[in-house]
Amino acid sequence: MSIVTVQLGQCGNQVGLEFFEVISNDANDRQRKVYSECTNDRFFSETSNGDLVARAVLIDMEPKVISQSVAKAVKSGKWRYGEHSYFSQKQGSGNNWANGYCVHGPRHEELVVDLVRKEVERCDRLAGIIAMMSVAGGTGSGVGTYATQCLRDAYPNSFILNHLTWPYGTGEVIVQNYNSVLTLSHLYQLSDAILVHENDTVHKICAKLMNIKHISFSDINKVIAHQLGSVLQPALTGDSNGVYNKNPLAELMSGLVCHPEYKLLSLCNIPQVSSSSMVYSVFTWSGLLKHLRQMHISNTKMEEGIDWQVRAPCLQSGGLERTKSHRRKGFNTSLANLLILRGKDVYSAEIGGFQDPSLYTSWLPAVEAFSIWKTPVTFNKYEKSATLVSNSQALLQPLDYMVGKAWNMFASRAYIHQYTKYGISEEDFLDSFTSLEQVISSYSLL
Amino acid sequence: MTQSVVVQVGQCGNQVGCRFWDLALREHSHVNKTGIYDEALSSFFRNVDSRRSHAGACDVVGGRIQSLKARAVLVDMEEGVVNEILQGPLREVFDSTQLITDVSGSGNNWAVGHWTYGSAYKEVIVDQLRKTAEHCDCLQSFFLIHSMGGGTGSGLGTCVLKLLEEEFPEVCRIVASVYPSAEDDVVTSPYNSVLAMRELTEHADCVLPVENQSLVDIVNKIKHMSYSGNPGSMIKKDTAIISGRGGVSGAQKPFDAMNNIIANLLLNITSSARFEGSLNMDLNEIAMNLVPFPRLHYLVSSLTPLYTLSDVSIPTRRLDQMFTDAFSKDHQLIRADPKHSLYLACALMVRGNVQVSDLRRNIERLRPTLPFVSWNQEGWKTGLCGVPPVGHSHSLLALANNTCVKSTFMELRDRFAKLYRKKAHLHHYLLVDGMEQGCFTEASTSLSSLIEEYTQLDATKTRMIPDPTRLNIAT
Repeated sequence: MSIVTVQLGQCGNQVGLEFFEVISNDANDRQRKVYSECTNDRFFSETSNGDLVARAVLIDMEPKVISQSVAKAVKSGKWRYGEHSYFSQKQGSGNNWANGYCVHGPRHEELVVDLVRKEVERCDRLAGIIAMMSVAGGTGSGVGTYATQCLRDAYPNSFILNHLTWPYGTGEVIVQNYNSVLTLSHLYQLSDAILVHENDTVHKICAKLMNIKHISFSDINKVIAHQLGSVLQPALTGDSNGVYNKNPLAELMSGLVCHPEYKLLSLCNIPQVSSSSMVYSVFTWSGLLKHLRQMHISNTKMEEGIDWQVRAPCLQSGGLERTKSHRRKGFNTSLANLLILRGKDVYSAEIGGFQDPSLYTSWLPAVEAFSIWKTPVTFNKYEKSATLVSNSQALLQPLDYMVGKAWNMFASRAYIHQYTKYGISEEDFLDSFTSLEQVISSYSLL
Repeated sequence: MTQSVVVQVGQCGNQVGCRFWDLALREHSHVNKTGIYDEALSSFFRNVDSRRSHAGACDVVGGRIQSLKARAVLVDMEEGVVNEILQGPLREVFDSTQLITDVSGSGNNWAVGHWTYGSAYKEVIVDQLRKTAEHCDCLQSFFLIHSMGGGTGSGLGTCVLKLLEEEFPEVCRIVASVYPSAEDDVVTSPYNSVLAMRELTEHADCVLPVENQSLVDIVNKIKHMSYSGNPGSMIKKDTAIISGRGGVSGAQKPFDAMNNIIANLLLNITSSARFEGSLNMDLNEIAMNLVPFPRLHYLVSSLTPLYTLSDVSIPTRRLDQMFTDAFSKDHQLIRADPKHSLYLACALMVRGNVQVSDLRRNIERLRPTLPFVSWNQEGWKTGLCGVPPVGHSHSLLALANNTCVKSTFMELRDRFAKLYRKKAHLHHYLLVDGMEQGCFTEASTSLSSLIEEYTQLDATKTRMIPDPTRLNIAT
């Protein structure tokens, strides 16, 4: 089954490019026929002369990034974007969510839906749609939200996963918290699941683990692409009987998003090392999984500075009753987790640590809450690679921070005139704040 | 790709405008060696086949450069400066139809510029603006260049600003205004400036105030440094920010060095809209990020590095130094100290080979030393453009919405009050049709309330502002 990717805005288009780059390199790396066929069918269509064409639609309100991405894809020599699968305008959305959502989005609705429809028609069977975008700017966030809404209407029964890049805590766009609040509150009603990468976290991974001195956006996007690829590349699910999972989006969501109030997914991946030290590194599954588990429960997003003091709460013999006092400081409670293991000796990996009921909320048994995918095929040059996709409290803190900052600004009504100009009123803001406070409250009560 | 139109009004506006076009040509010829009319060029220039009578046929990106025409409208109510342009090396860049002139000047009288010429030339100006706009396939912004002290730039300039708002409400209006020194030789400059201020406050999207005195100080400092070189930090004599070397104009005129600074400001502010970069910052993002309240749209700018060190062996320190300098008092284009006032928002527009990690490191380093308003503690906007300015490996333009701008306004208000108390020269203004004494009091009130708004924000600096209570979810 195939996935159609919609890349929106500068960030979405840059991340999308790196993602297809990783996928195409990984799939056509070595002798791995079944695996490559599955990937290629999933993410690429093949032309009559054998060219791999990404199943992607590129959308931006400004031409520079798209033309760069299209050119870079051709330059790779391995794959390219479709000749008619991109759409750009001349003038960007100016970091204004309202401009993207109320003006650009509706104006280009037909064209965008049409582009996606053509791409969907090229798939034998559609697994779902991934929309990649940032939440900080105007086009990715505003047009992205509007486009997601249109796609929801056009494909009511398909899975839609929004992959969001959250901005640095400071220093990208001044109105980023407004744009983020508006985006998230709307997507929460539209999307089946929201997978989040935070720039701050990824930046740290680049600095500390990959040892990159002068970190560029391309480096950051490569890490995001690697992590995404480690989830979306073919793998064997528990009941797939040796056949690669057909619809990774459906399986991802059925495992992780069991309640519509909880759809924020975060990602941890190990190991991540610089290519120069990869040759000298040996990893064992037990070591990797021990680290990954501790990263998860202590909510550390990378394999450094893990707080080993954090322990899962002891469950009382009387049952799984957990009161507020039992919630440990720093402990990250999960609703559901998906563990994905790729590489050598994968069947020897001991995964019991993730099936521990104390990791999960009281109202969902661990058997339901935990799922695992495996494949002995190595991923992106890593001999072993473990990824945990988690629906947990991991994003609670950054979300709370974001909403808090936006609320502070809203209290003094700063920048509001820029939004009302395009038809987003103060009431719209209040609605968005309310719905996100609800999300925050739900997650903190897990 | 979007286009911008430059409207230069009055003597100062046209002189600065000329330096801008000269340096823009220099920058594009430096980047574009192919002789092909590209997207970047199209943002400020049309490509016209001058052999055909109906020009515009080769205005398509990708063709060979025939003859570049500035997307500009030149307005002056005397002929001196514009005639000089027409005889100078830049004459090829303008058509005579782009020029709107009169012979008698405004006599340093805002009312004459604004009302007399404003009504006489309204149709001609609007007509020319429309024609220039029609040549653009996506017009994003107007840049108005003028001075505040005189009659034409100040009076007619602000009249043009209103016309732009009426005719092109969707197009962003960015104004570069040159403020007179205290020792200005125009006696009525405080009147003209205060009358113009009201229009700027009401009708512009962004104003980039530049004080004449700051330009003088910067030029003197650069000249002084280039003569007193100790061997370790030799400064190149030919610093790219004030020199016009490499442009089409040969001999330098007295104000060229100062005007080049403003020209560079405009080049840098548009760099990300013209060239590629890993973090684009379009022109419409400037107002969006830096203007929290509609009237408070005055942005204090600083350009670094101001001089080029001839020793290039210490790259990182130089890069970090560039960020530090951008916040120092003597790099600001108005005489004010942003560090000791309050930041409402700040944008860093970086050009050249600078990565996001360099940007983050410097923001983290400088942040603790800079006071930001309580609700915008993370008020940073950044842009990375890959193409550096001519003569530098990298450069930084900092745009700050900072309450320090009010010192310039207060000085202006005091000088205005001194004249107005005695009703000095008032009758020259009141003779003009359309002008009433009410205009003076209204302009003065508008300025005072603007200063008051900044003062109120300033007052929050010393107080601890508690976070507002969040919405509560009943569980």
